[in-house]
Amino acid sequence: MKPRTIIDKIWDAHVVRSAPEQPDVLFVDMHLVHEVTTPQAFEGLRLAGRRVRRPDLTFATLDHNVPTWPRSQPVTDPISRRQIAALEDNCRAFGIRLEGLESRRQGIVHIIGPELGLTQPGMLIACGDSHTGTHGALGALAFGIGTTEVEHVLATQTVPLRRPKTMEVRVEGALPPGTTPKDLILGIIRQIGVGGGIGHIIEYTGSTIRGLSVEGRLTVCNMTVEGGGRAGIIAPDDQTFTYVAGRPYAPPGRLWDEALAYWETLPTDPGAVYDRRVDVDAATIAPFVTWGTNPSQSEPVTGRVPDPSAVRDPAVRRAIERALTYMALRPGTPIQEIAIDRVFIGSCTNARLEDLRAAARMVAGRRVHANVRAMVVPGSQQVKAAAERERLDRIFTDAGFEWREAGCSMCLGMNPDILGPGERCASTSNRNFEGRQGPGGRTHLVSPPMAAAAAIAGRFVDIREWRA
Amino acid sequence: MEPFTEHTGVVLPLDRADVDTDLIIPARFLKRTGRTGYGDMLFFTLRFDAGGMPLQDSTFAKPQYRGATVLVAGPNFGCGSSREHAAWALREYGFRAIIAPSFANIFAVNAAQNGVLTVVLPEERVRQMLETAAAREGYQLTVNLEQQTVTDGFGRRDRFEIDPFTKHCLLHGLDAIGLTLQASDDIARFESSRPAWMPRVTT
Repeated sequence: MKPRTIIDKIWDAHVVRSAPEQPDVLFVDMHLVHEVTTPQAFEGLRLAGRRVRRPDLTFATLDHNVPTWPRSQPVTDPISRRQIAALEDNCRAFGIRLEGLESRRQGIVHIIGPELGLTQPGMLIACGDSHTGTHGALGALAFGIGTTEVEHVLATQTVPLRRPKTMEVRVEGALPPGTTPKDLILGIIRQIGVGGGIGHIIEYTGSTIRGLSVEGRLTVCNMTVEGGGRAGIIAPDDQTFTYVAGRPYAPPGRLWDEALAYWETLPTDPGAVYDRRVDVDAATIAPFVTWGTNPSQSEPVTGRVPDPSAVRDPAVRRAIERALTYMALRPGTPIQEIAIDRVFIGSCTNARLEDLRAAARMVAGRRVHANVRAMVVPGSQQVKAAAERERLDRIFTDAGFEWREAGCSMCLGMNPDILGPGERCASTSNRNFEGRQGPGGRTHLVSPPMAAAAAIAGRFVDIREWRA
Repeated sequence: MEPFTEHTGVVLPLDRADVDTDLIIPARFLKRTGRTGYGDMLFFTLRFDAGGMPLQDSTFAKPQYRGATVLVAGPNFGCGSSREHAAWALREYGFRAIIAPSFANIFAVNAAQNGVLTVVLPEERVRQMLETAAAREGYQLTVNLEQQTVTDGFGRRDRFEIDPFTKHCLLHGLDAIGLTLQASDDIARFESSRPAWMPRVTT
């Protein structure tokens, strides 16, 4: 048999129907649902008199617009409240399990999927959210979809997709000290560009990827869409299997052996061919700070804000000029001289336990800078509880950080956690688009330890030296 | 779905690359539970100041672009969030076709689902269109889906590629759910052969 990539293997195993000149109809093993991109889909079902075909393969939570203040306080925004109530009503009416605001399992959909064992190798997962690629870290094929497609999955448990091309991003070598999986993915996007992965599913391979923890791999796959990739995936290995074992929805007993035997067949066959290959040298990765308004616009913390007048391509030059105007940055400014007002540690990119531990190590025994307001928003209630068992919450609150309830929060500025106009934020999230974290807000994407150190120093610092 | 066959309209040039869906419609406007009411919020920060007053120097406010229905923009249009609200807002505002050198994957699907055609043309040609639309008042383009062409009033004709299924659905305004439901037997057959270890959720 022709050698196949893991992408081809999972794709082929999910084809319900295939016809010439038509997209493949693929079966969805798990459909993850949240409050923002689904009310119109449920409404569409109602209007057409359709039911949810597989409520047992559908799982809902509330994350995007929920406040992160104590759950005992009400949701004050009436429009958010209506959207939350709509999901609660829809789940009740269509028989879908919802981990709602009262649940100890509530959290960001891409954090709780892996955490609960709903994400397993070889699965095909869909969710009405662009960061669905996150689940690929466990060897699943996971697609972000729009609301009409959500309705399609609800009604048919399938999604019609044209087969994308495949792309191997191979990373070799040891990650330099002071760098994290976040810096690695920022470096990859810096290399391929924000549109570099359009039309491709990316498999991340190489010794550097193998050496990452599962949580680190989740961070890498999470930002695949920021490089334009349709999905990102990492072949499962012993680390993956150990991670999944024993989680609430992991295969029990004898089924585990059956699953494991299948999972071990998933990795890409030797000699399999990808449509494209990109090599990344881990030695080029540094603690990155974005200075612009898309995630590819970053520099090492020791660098300077770029000078657009040195750029020959007029379109690129104008893009840099526009970004620097929005970000209120002067060309040539050392990154470490950029002072910040806010720090956000959270999001589906960087709000897992390892992220919070790495941030806490920077913070322990120090105080948040007087000019900075800093918050930590754990990715799920389970992450929050685990961090509290380790007393990480005390480290953060003793230093002056706010310690909040789980949700997407300031990553996308849908809930009350937003930047004010002109406020500058060091953020562990995934997008530095204009106005993303609030109208007029200025976002710099960094790793959790870089964000934590910036909170203490009031500006960006090189954590490699700062720690010493 | 609203069919798309041929459309002629005034071009609005949006001369920037990587137009993200947060720019198309900011997240704070996504709390509604219907598919309508987003057109007024389209490109909010490009059209209105912090106090919500119209920006007089915005491209969208210029009289020559009033009523524009064809949007021309830089590469990687629609990147970022999967929010279909971006497609709803563009359609409700009046756009029927968007021409760019490339589109983000999820956005392109969302647009097609709502009868908005995304046309991929080479970067140099898009650059010319942006410059013409900026220089010439009333610059119009005709997009013909059947023939896969974009024509202007000066004899210029560009051919574009589109995948045959998307074209078919757009031409006939077909609903993909209805099509897939015709394959219910295939779905049921697939379901009966799924491995037992796959997770299931109960309420």
